[in-house]
Amino acid sequence: MLIIFYIFAALSILGGLGVLFLKNPIHCALSLVGTFFCLGAIYVMLNAEFVAVIQVLVYAGAIMVLFLFVLMLLSSKDTEQYANKWPIGKILAGLLSLGIFVQIASLFTAGKLQLGPKGAYPLEVIEEVGSIALIGRLLFTDYILSFEIIAVLLLVAVIGAVVIAKRRFQ
Amino acid sequence: MIPIEHILLLSAALFTIGVLGVMLRRNVIVIFMSIELMLNAVNLSFVTFSRGMDSMTGVIFIFFIIVVAAAEAVVGLSIILSIFRTRKTLNIDEFNILKW
Repeated sequence: MLIIFYIFAALSILGGLGVLFLKNPIHCALSLVGTFFCLGAIYVMLNAEFVAVIQVLVYAGAIMVLFLFVLMLLSSKDTEQYANKWPIGKILAGLLSLGIFVQIASLFTAGKLQLGPKGAYPLEVIEEVGSIALIGRLLFTDYILSFEIIAVLLLVAVIGAVVIAKRRFQ
Repeated sequence: MIPIEHILLLSAALFTIGVLGVMLRRNVIVIFMSIELMLNAVNLSFVTFSRGMDSMTGVIFIFFIIVVAAAEAVVGLSIILSIFRTRKTLNIDEFNILKW
């Protein structure tokens, strides 16, 4: 179990590094799809099957296809020509992100990680009721207001995308 | 059982790669992909804490985060499409005027 987790973790970091370093944006998108699949596998190991399915369907399926579609629509050859204009910027970016990583990592490596009080849904309850049934029940009872608001947000995004992309300039 | 610290470390590493991608790359769409990578890192830590604390709140939140990420990608890509029509480039250094 643990060794499979490490394999998928290494693969997902490899995919992330592919996004960072590959020159062709289409290769970046495909390596990001690989990262999403590996994360989906890790979600399955964490007993979050619903999240794993959503991850593969929505992220690896829908969103990345949208990215690839836009990339193939907009073929631009001049993308990375300014990358080396200011090399000290790269050093600064590296230092800054190293600082962010150390800051996040020190939260749970310095001492024992303190988790709060246990919730009402241990693994036995989830396996008895079923994770998807539980999520559905919670979404339509405790989180119904957020659910409605997110539906309106999705509608606004669809209309906004159509309005922005359709506009013509002369 | 996978140790919780290792998953959080993976999440931090993916988030850092996303931050680096936003700062180093100059292609707008690749910057967008880095933002998606950061959102995924946050999702991973949500699931981890949700499992570690025997709670379902994190999983519900991921549902909302994925919807917001989809909305963000759709609107952002349509903005990029509409900028590309007039400026004919994907380089973010060229997107220097708000009015076009």
